[in-house]
Amino acid sequence: MPEPLLDVRALDAYYGDFQALFRVSLRVAAGEVVAVIGANGAGKSTLLKCIAGVIPSRRDAILFDDEPIGDAPAHTVVARGIALVPEGRRLFSSLSVEENLLIGGQLGRPGPWRLSRIYELFPTLAARRHAPSTSLSGGEQQMVAIGRALMSNPKLLLCDEISLGLAPVVVRDVYARLPAIVSEGSSLIIVEQDIVQALKAADHVYCLQEGRVALAGAAATLTREAISAAYFGA
Amino acid sequence: MEWANIVIQGVLIGGLYAMFAAGLALIFGVMRLVNIAHGDLIVLAAYIALMTTDTLGMNPLLAILIVAPIMAAIGYCLQRALLNRTLGNDLLPPLLVTFGLSVIIQNALLELFTADSRRLSAGAIEVASFPLAPGIWIGVLPLLQFVVAVAVIGALQLLFYRTAFGRAFRATADDQSVSQLMGLDNRHVFALAMALSLAVIAVAGVFIAVRTNFDPAIGPARLIFGFEAVIIGGLGSMWGTLAGGIILGVSQAIGAQINPGWQLLAGHLAFLLILALRPEGLFPKVKG
Amino acid sequence: MTAAFKVEHATRSSRIGMAAFALALLLLAAAPAWGGRDDLRLLAEIYAYVALASLWNLLAGYAGLVSVGQQAYVGLGAYVLFASTILAGVHPLLAVPVAGAIAAIVALPVAGLMFRLRGHYFAIGTWVVAEVFRLSASQISALGGGSGISLPASIVTAMAPSRQLREFLIYWVALALMVAVLAAIVLLLRSRYGLALTAIRDNELAARSSGVDVTRTKLVVYILTALGTAMIGALIFLQKLRISPDTAFSVNDWTAFVIFITVIGGIGRVEGPIIGTIVFFLLRQTLADLGSLYLLMLGAVAIAVMLLAPKGIWGFLAGRFGWQLFPLERRLRFAADARTT
Repeated sequence: MPEPLLDVRALDAYYGDFQALFRVSLRVAAGEVVAVIGANGAGKSTLLKCIAGVIPSRRDAILFDDEPIGDAPAHTVVARGIALVPEGRRLFSSLSVEENLLIGGQLGRPGPWRLSRIYELFPTLAARRHAPSTSLSGGEQQMVAIGRALMSNPKLLLCDEISLGLAPVVVRDVYARLPAIVSEGSSLIIVEQDIVQALKAADHVYCLQEGRVALAGAAATLTREAISAAYFGA
Repeated sequence: MEWANIVIQGVLIGGLYAMFAAGLALIFGVMRLVNIAHGDLIVLAAYIALMTTDTLGMNPLLAILIVAPIMAAIGYCLQRALLNRTLGNDLLPPLLVTFGLSVIIQNALLELFTADSRRLSAGAIEVASFPLAPGIWIGVLPLLQFVVAVAVIGALQLLFYRTAFGRAFRATADDQSVSQLMGLDNRHVFALAMALSLAVIAVAGVFIAVRTNFDPAIGPARLIFGFEAVIIGGLGSMWGTLAGGIILGVSQAIGAQINPGWQLLAGHLAFLLILALRPEGLFPKVKG
Repeated sequence: MTAAFKVEHATRSSRIGMAAFALALLLLAAAPAWGGRDDLRLLAEIYAYVALASLWNLLAGYAGLVSVGQQAYVGLGAYVLFASTILAGVHPLLAVPVAGAIAAIVALPVAGLMFRLRGHYFAIGTWVVAEVFRLSASQISALGGGSGISLPASIVTAMAPSRQLREFLIYWVALALMVAVLAAIVLLLRSRYGLALTAIRDNELAARSSGVDVTRTKLVVYILTALGTAMIGALIFLQKLRISPDTAFSVNDWTAFVIFITVIGGIGRVEGPIIGTIVFFLLRQTLADLGSLYLLMLGAVAIAVMLLAPKGIWGFLAGRFGWQLFPLERRLRFAADARTT
């Protein structure tokens, strides 16, 4: 079996004295889409933040391309090829749409994603490229956030609750772009509360419950009962 | 015609005040830090210019080319070694540390150079002037300083809004955590901002050294002028800062004309008036 | 109906501390008996700094209003004293509370302007106000303009017939003023205002949403601090017998030293300024000859403390050993605890 692109091994995470993750293990292979589901507070966002370097971890708890990156600060993790689309979009409010995208490409990592390609993927953005990023609708802002992360040409894209606050029609629209992203060479981890969407998009699913992995498996093989039990706790 | 000359002088010195303000506003915009030692750093630049012209014998205005990089380097190191450690949610540490820094710089300069007043000579340009219109004379040096001030502010605007560099500053100012996700190292970005601020301060410091007598104690007054120009002009706009500086300069000039002892007071009162009537400043940034 | 709970303030540590403090006060009150003229002057100076630093601490450490312009009120108080005694014939000791009252009145519109500025900008704004006061004072020719004025002999002798008695009088007033300031601060902090202040200090937004009138609380603290600072300033310059704009509104004397004292002693704790003043004066006695080097070192020490031990000396001791000098803790004792179930 080939080495996974991302290998998370027995990861613990703390906020001060509060432990948010307990020995969480997870793997993402190249070209794979992995969904992480779970109730509010299960630790999904925390997991992504640890991988992205926003929360420091034990050095060898996270291996990327065989390199231990657990304690690497966030700005170096991007350079290695992991990009995070943060929860709640978090666009730069004093930058225009295009400037938000450009700053995503700050590092100049080589790859297929450039401004023109992003505008191909999200055509509505091209028309609003000079608008202040905050004047866009929720769905459009989500697209900018994804595009911004793609501009760093990541090997692994982390999407934190991209369906949050969006109408179902918009969510379907955003999810419809994911296959194009994967085909350009990025693997995905999507954190979702929308289980239906997550299961449709993912190859593998992990379910977190109170900071622990309660269920893991290929999306096609998991039953609704198993997921329910893992999601809410037996 | 007398009043026209007064106003013009006020406008010209306003450019200098705008430069004090630009460095201050830049830092506050990027990292929410107000450097109480700002004025003392201007004086430090003046003394570095003094040492440069003494040892190299060059014209002080040319010395800017040496003083600016030196000050920029000082700013970078200062931020990384000391001031980065004060940043955070708490107001007290950066304020008190920069206050301590102000006291340290003043007294270090006092020890090294004594309290004697100094001034740098720029040669014949100091007294040159030319008539703009019948009865209205403009000093060449003040005009040069004003033009340079406007150029510096224009360059800063360009930098902030047209370059990747400036984009990085603005993004970091918007959201310090997400900017890291773009690959920006905050410690480095802040240090660059401070280096830039000190480079601007260097120009201001050299101008002061040539224009007036300076001694280690004049720093706080420069900080206050810069601060007043920022508040009058409105936070968030470089050109507003220029307007603020000009208004301050003109107020002071008018005050001085009425009574020489009222020069500074007139400027302060203009500031307090704006604070009372329009606290957001005359040209605040309009948030979208 | 009896209350379901009681709020207790004292701890064992504070009982010991208060006893020691009371003893020290008795000793100090008797100082004219055992101390010489220089001792009394030094002690009066120490009292002034303890009081000034305590007030600054209240403003910055509790109300979150970091001012680098309190010298405005020191000078204002001093000038009101000189003006009211020289120009209006008020008795010098009576002029001290008059100075406080006038400062409190002036502080209201000043606060109105200054509260429009946030955080760091508030700090510099207070400095501007101090500068305005200083420049205005130097325009008053009746009080010596820019070079200042001495207190006329007639007014000095009006205080007491002999010089020795005058010195004792000023000494006791200084001691009483310091005790009054400390007592007022402790009482304020024990009151509901104090609870509001602690809430504001910890999280202003949360305090506001809990119903605390943040602006009014800050305003009250600002005005009270101005009042106290002005009275201390009046007394300081009554002792000096001479005033000038630069000395009355000196940033170094009335702000830099005060800030360093409070930072080193411990911000946000009432005991901090006391410890800080003691350390400051010990340093000064040993290092005074160094002039500007002394200030330089003080600045460096303050920076080091701010970065490495932000709670200051007392903060460290209180954190480590749980010491408390003043009874300021709040513990709930429920009536139910007394009953057996």
